Amino acid sequence: MANDKVLQLSDGEFDTVVKSAQPTLVDFWAPWCGPCKAIGPVIEDLATEYEGKVTIAKMNVDDNPATPGKFGIRAIPTLILFKDGQVVDQITGSVGKSQLVALINKAK
Amino acid sequence: MKDHYELVILGGGPAGLSAGLYAARARLNHVLIEKGAPGGQVLLTDWVDNYPGFPDGLTGFELVERMTQHAKRFDLNTELACVTEVDLSNPRQKILHLENGSLVTCDSLILCNGASANSLNIKGESELRGKGVSYCGTCDAPFYRNMHVAVVGGGNTAIQEAEYLTKFASKVTVIHRRASLRATKIIQEIAFANKKIEFLWNKRVTSIEGQIGVERLHLVDNDGTSSTLDVQGVFVLIGVTPNNAGLPLHLLKADKWGFIPTDIESRTTVPGVMAAGDICSKDVRQIVNAAGEGAVAVLAAEKYLQSLK
Repeated sequence: MANDKVLQLSDGEFDTVVKSAQPTLVDFWAPWCGPCKAIGPVIEDLATEYEGKVTIAKMNVDDNPATPGKFGIRAIPTLILFKDGQVVDQITGSVGKSQLVALINKAK
Repeated sequence: MKDHYELVILGGGPAGLSAGLYAARARLNHVLIEKGAPGGQVLLTDWVDNYPGFPDGLTGFELVERMTQHAKRFDLNTELACVTEVDLSNPRQKILHLENGSLVTCDSLILCNGASANSLNIKGESELRGKGVSYCGTCDAPFYRNMHVAVVGGGNTAIQEAEYLTKFASKVTVIHRRASLRATKIIQEIAFANKKIEFLWNKRVTSIEGQIGVERLHLVDNDGTSSTLDVQGVFVLIGVTPNNAGLPLHLLKADKWGFIPTDIESRTTVPGVMAAGDICSKDVRQIVNAAGEGAVAVLAAEKYLQSLK
């Protein structure tokens, strides 16, 4: 039940997307990570709810090593909220929807 | 989601999925509520070699997928939602408060909320979480290619994860507060034979140090001698704490750690409320007994529902 509202982000597009006018939540994940899979449905839910307000994106750390390296990511899932290209805050681990909503609200 | 069910199952780990299978086959008016995709802690396990019926072993991932598919074949009903509070003050009408503000009531309830990794609760741990402090070897091991990492703990999870980490790390130091491991013998044998694994006995970690990532652990021996260990990562695998937020622990007579006591039929102290899996107050937390308890709990729920008629 892949949701096409979730933006699949690559190293190449990263800067352009996070510097855009709309805040961006990036879910750094990998196919071999169980907890990443567990929060997948929540990410899809958020993408529907925040459509047009916050960009909800996923970045596969296997295919895109540069960006996770730049942000010192050594655990997944890590979710980072960006506004105007800057890190607002981040969460590591499989968390509930309310914690992700609280994270997104920090962009306001 | 409907307003009322005969049976609600909270949580979609092995206990919940097994309960779901039995509930669906019993044709109960049921729902399994899970905050994410099903799986629970099994998703943190890279390899499962002790679940009967899978002689070649399988990944935690695959086991969960198979359990989910199995229950879905009998029309298991699942909903994605987060329960914030469980109100059991009126046992005839159990009330679940959902995060979105709505309420769901049920006649019977099975708590399969599971458990989560314990923290060390030491300086540097929360600050460096995700920056070298990890609670899941299976998730994060590939970030430690050719690095020296530490594993804290001496149980099955710790030693199995130490072994897994050697596929990536150059060296894995296991730090254990006792002089011997608790892990199952076969897991110990494999770890002792692995030249990349080193053991530090009778030591505890007192703090974690690092600027942008973990650089050093401060240790203390059981005799009080302190030392340091330079590592780039530390995996904290020292048991679990129950996921009991929002549960009425006084009514359920939770033990001092917050786990829920159950009888041989998986019943709690509240009529019509069962518990199964790692949230239960018990000594053994394996996938196989979690699944077993899930089944037992549904049979108890059916009996309870009968008694209402």
